[in-house]
Amino acid sequence: MNKARSAAFPYILWSVLFTVLPLLLVAYFAFTNGSGTFTLDNFANLGEYTAVFVRSLLLALISTLLCFMIGYPLAYILSRESARRQQIMIMLVMLPMWMNFLLRTYAWLTILENNGLINRLLEFLGFAPLHMINTQGAVVLGMVYNYLPYMILPIYTVLIKLDYRLIEAAHDLGANPAKTFFRVVVPLSMPGVSSGITMVFMPAVSTFIISKMLGGGSSLMVGDLIEMQFLGNAYDPNLGAAISLVMMVIILISMLLMGFFDSEDKAVIM
Amino acid sequence: MAPEKLVRRFWESIRHIKTFIYRFYVWLVLVFFYAPIFVLMVFSFNNSKSRTVWLGFTFDWYLQLFKDETIMHSVYVTLVVAVLAALLSTVLGTAAAIGIAGMGKRQRALIMNVTYIPVLSPEIITGVSIMLLFVWSGLKLGMLTLLLAHISFDVPFVILSVSPKLRQLDPHLFEAALDLGAKPMSAMRKVILPQIWPGVITGMLMAFTLSVDDFVISYFTSGPTSQTLSITIYAMTRKRVSPEINALSTLLFIVVLTLLVIVNLRQSRDNKQPQRKEEDVR
Repeated sequence: MNKARSAAFPYILWSVLFTVLPLLLVAYFAFTNGSGTFTLDNFANLGEYTAVFVRSLLLALISTLLCFMIGYPLAYILSRESARRQQIMIMLVMLPMWMNFLLRTYAWLTILENNGLINRLLEFLGFAPLHMINTQGAVVLGMVYNYLPYMILPIYTVLIKLDYRLIEAAHDLGANPAKTFFRVVVPLSMPGVSSGITMVFMPAVSTFIISKMLGGGSSLMVGDLIEMQFLGNAYDPNLGAAISLVMMVIILISMLLMGFFDSEDKAVIM
Repeated sequence: MAPEKLVRRFWESIRHIKTFIYRFYVWLVLVFFYAPIFVLMVFSFNNSKSRTVWLGFTFDWYLQLFKDETIMHSVYVTLVVAVLAALLSTVLGTAAAIGIAGMGKRQRALIMNVTYIPVLSPEIITGVSIMLLFVWSGLKLGMLTLLLAHISFDVPFVILSVSPKLRQLDPHLFEAALDLGAKPMSAMRKVILPQIWPGVITGMLMAFTLSVDDFVISYFTSGPTSQTLSITIYAMTRKRVSPEINALSTLLFIVVLTLLVIVNLRQSRDNKQPQRKEEDVR
């Protein structure tokens, strides 16, 4: 099919124009000022946003950890169910993912509000109301809610492909169930875990709606900061590009730390 | 005899308890997933503007939804962009997948790495970078820029869904068609295309769903007259408090559910085809 090669030319042109060039432009804008001359000012000014970067990283890490702690057991349980049950359960896990994420987040707003459902319930039961909305906890909850399926699915995909004979072998060789789980199942599922972590951490660290909706103005994140530079009152695409660039570097470093590129298992993501 | 029986009973009941705990945990997570959606749906029938107090049943919010011009216009924009983006990205992506299949290892790896960029990078980066392209080139943000951006993030998914189908093909099939006197174009249309068709359709449905669902990239690349439904929803959640939004969620949920069932049925049917190779799980 060598002659067919030219069929890819329109796409190659397209991806150079709409994928590669835009990324180069981010770098170009980051290193220039409004009139197009080279400058490092955009990066020099980033110092004042350190708190935002730290908060984003911290909230994203906590959310990723919670997703792992909730998602791993679920993926494991699902992988042990009958094929039919598995199919239905996986559908149920994926379904919310396809619902508009603004609406999903908005739903939590109505539940967590000061006069929301939880507080009405507490009131009804005679407890004092809790302040939940506009806190960092609410942001973490929103992120876990939105990104949990991204943790469950890759781990589940790896676990169902696991050779069951290995578990039997471990039992035969005298390992008890707990030991089998931690010494055989968990290590073998690491590729799924690492892509799950990447797939949760990346959108979590770059989110800009969840923090705005559930965190109020108090928990500004890097994503919000970028959005403000491009569409907000503080219009400054050069600074925005610099922040984006730094965020990309942070994400790249964390992906490298998780060994994402070694695993060669990008397939798990799909 | 008796003690052995007791021991077996003991292990059996342990297993039952384990199954119960497992199932209970699964239900707990599912409740976490669906409780908020359920709340939204219930309050779409609430005869009051309140988001939390139930004051009787009504269909009013659904009627108002269909009368709301902003919402209806954004539904129109969303559908037009999603349909066009799905069609164009399917053509572009299928052609690309066929071309890539004919390339050498190095070239293919390079192109696939570029293809993975929009799939793997955070949406906000994709959105911002494409917006910068439009700002830099002086193109006014509107329907056209929105469409261009949507095609850009849809194409990789089409390629990733068509490529495995191409890898399942016998590489000599195309040559055989040429030897038998078919012109390259008709060999492509009559021999290759029918065989990869399931992947093409799945890719197109995926592109359509992604386009409809997208918020972040649209948010950065659309103009004031080309607001998609997601952007209108965003504006609604920030300003107006109206159960119309709940009615909208309920309708969207039903639409998405239907689409997902169709895609899933297609995929499980595709997967049942016997000639599937181990490496094609992607």
